[in-house]
Amino acid sequence: MAQRAVLERDPLKEDQGPDGITGKRLHLPVMPDGLYRTILAAAAALFCLLIVALVVTLVVQARPAFVHFGLGFLTGTNWDPVHVKYGALPFVIGTLETTAIAMVLAIPVGLGTALVLVHAVHPKLRAPLSTAIELLAAVPSVVYGLWALLVVAPWVRSIIEPDLARTTGGTGPFSGPQLGIGLLLAGLVLFVMVLPTMVAISRDVIASVPKEEVEGAYALGATRWQVLWRVVLPSARVGLLGAVTLSTGRALGETIAVTMVIGNSTAIAHSLFSPAATLSSVIANQFTEATEPFHLSSLIALGVVLLAVAVLVNATARLLVRSVGRRSASSVALA
Amino acid sequence: MTTLPAPDPNLARREEIQRLAAGSENRRKIYSGVAMSICGVFLAVALVPLVSVLAYTVQRGIRAWSAAFFAHLPTPAGIPGGGIWNAIVGSLIIDGLAAAVAVPFGIVAGLYLAESEGRVAGVIRFAADVLSGVPSIIIGIFAYIALVRGLGHFSAAAGSFAIGVLMLPIIIRASETAIRSVPSTLTEAGLSLGARRSTVARRVILPTALPGLITGVLLAVARGVGETAPLLFTAIGSQYFASNPTQPMAALPLVVFQDGIQAYPDLQMTAWGTALFLIAVVLVLSVGSRLFAARLGRVR
Repeated sequence: MAQRAVLERDPLKEDQGPDGITGKRLHLPVMPDGLYRTILAAAAALFCLLIVALVVTLVVQARPAFVHFGLGFLTGTNWDPVHVKYGALPFVIGTLETTAIAMVLAIPVGLGTALVLVHAVHPKLRAPLSTAIELLAAVPSVVYGLWALLVVAPWVRSIIEPDLARTTGGTGPFSGPQLGIGLLLAGLVLFVMVLPTMVAISRDVIASVPKEEVEGAYALGATRWQVLWRVVLPSARVGLLGAVTLSTGRALGETIAVTMVIGNSTAIAHSLFSPAATLSSVIANQFTEATEPFHLSSLIALGVVLLAVAVLVNATARLLVRSVGRRSASSVALA
Repeated sequence: MTTLPAPDPNLARREEIQRLAAGSENRRKIYSGVAMSICGVFLAVALVPLVSVLAYTVQRGIRAWSAAFFAHLPTPAGIPGGGIWNAIVGSLIIDGLAAAVAVPFGIVAGLYLAESEGRVAGVIRFAADVLSGVPSIIIGIFAYIALVRGLGHFSAAAGSFAIGVLMLPIIIRASETAIRSVPSTLTEAGLSLGARRSTVARRVILPTALPGLITGVLLAVARGVGETAPLLFTAIGSQYFASNPTQPMAALPLVVFQDGIQAYPDLQMTAWGTALFLIAVVLVLSVGSRLFAARLGRVR
């Protein structure tokens, strides 16, 4: 602090600086340390303010619906704008069902892929395969929606659904008309969309298991699968739980691809083949058509429910993943 | 996991693994082989959708591509010769405006996080992480209430706002990581020469962290360009050419969505062609960001 008074002039100012380090010059004003710190803190504060504003705005706008319908908003099964009845249960169920389908598939496939990538694939193939799967995450969700609607849906309608109906006897969740679009297709698309997140984070978590443990187990004569199942997975379980949670959060909130393929029916689906809706797909579908004030408020209330779930799930996931050491830059960006 | 009340947990684990390894070798090998094969199949399963999405988009999209496709305005279904010129310009304006605000803002906030320890910075970091997991449609609702309803009409600026909010957490966290990876010796050398903190930031820290900053910005833009949900109630899309951000505007992802769900084959073809263009843009940005990240790794 003593040198501060002496150094009012700026030795790096203008052209005297060691340009070997600085390279191109950025023309920002020279400012006192106090002002500099204030500006940094102001940016951070503004960011916090933005988040607070987001939450407050949504809650305030959703309040009429919550006040008017009370808890019945979440348990009501009837969503009928014409008669001003708004019950969100069909969408809560639709969201949970599509997410469940996606995660039932994504957990084994994602974990298996991550294990193979870290422990079985030839080192030369590891980077290109990882990159390929991570590029899946860069594909915009609307493109997945288009692909699912125009390519996967006909296939699901003519092959998957008849086969499922035949092998299961066509009862319960496998009954009803086979349309292609509906719960099952939405779940499948979500599976494809959360897979990169699942793989990338699991891979980092698995790769951060101490080498000594792995090599120790091999030295004791365990087979590769025994090492993975008894040593690697147990040791990585907290981080893997984080990967699963984070992927679940993605599946819960995904909007556009689901909207394109789920069929958007506001009734509770009784079959995997039925059209349904999720919290986000209803918002996407009806928001611009909502002329009646309660309709808009109810849609925003769905958003608040979705926001609360997303924040809860993501906060949990971050705490779980954070407890696991270093993560690669690519998967940080993914999540 | 094995947390038997043994005197030494490591010993207990070792004994467990020794016990495992003492089983019939043939059976263990077969079991392991089968399990690893299943995992291999899972890897293949993971790759199939990637290949399928890309192959179909390229195959169908390329048929839509022509000079007119990029240079013309959309035509109604059934009338050939339509294009996506207005959507290309629209996406440029919407995402450009978003980035113009979110990039400097995000980098400064990242600089704050990188230079701060303690509880407040921890909370902000956590908030940024959680915000990046908030469904984009919710940001769209926020932009609708804040800007569309306030101004009384849909506008590209509201879309920019929503996309900017989506970009922020990515830029903030990537900038923080990049800035933290600047060796403290460089910063200290600058300070010990008597430079002010702002001078060190602009002449030493930011230039050294530049590849990392660019990585973050490219990733954020790649994410923003492909986002559809936040534009649904903000920029809303348009059949006409618009360059005024206070007016509704077309955007590439909106074209894919709105044309893709139509039953007309020519509109679906426009959707495929636009999807291919969108994928090309996003992949170039993503691969670019990886190259910069790799360069950052080499410099360190």
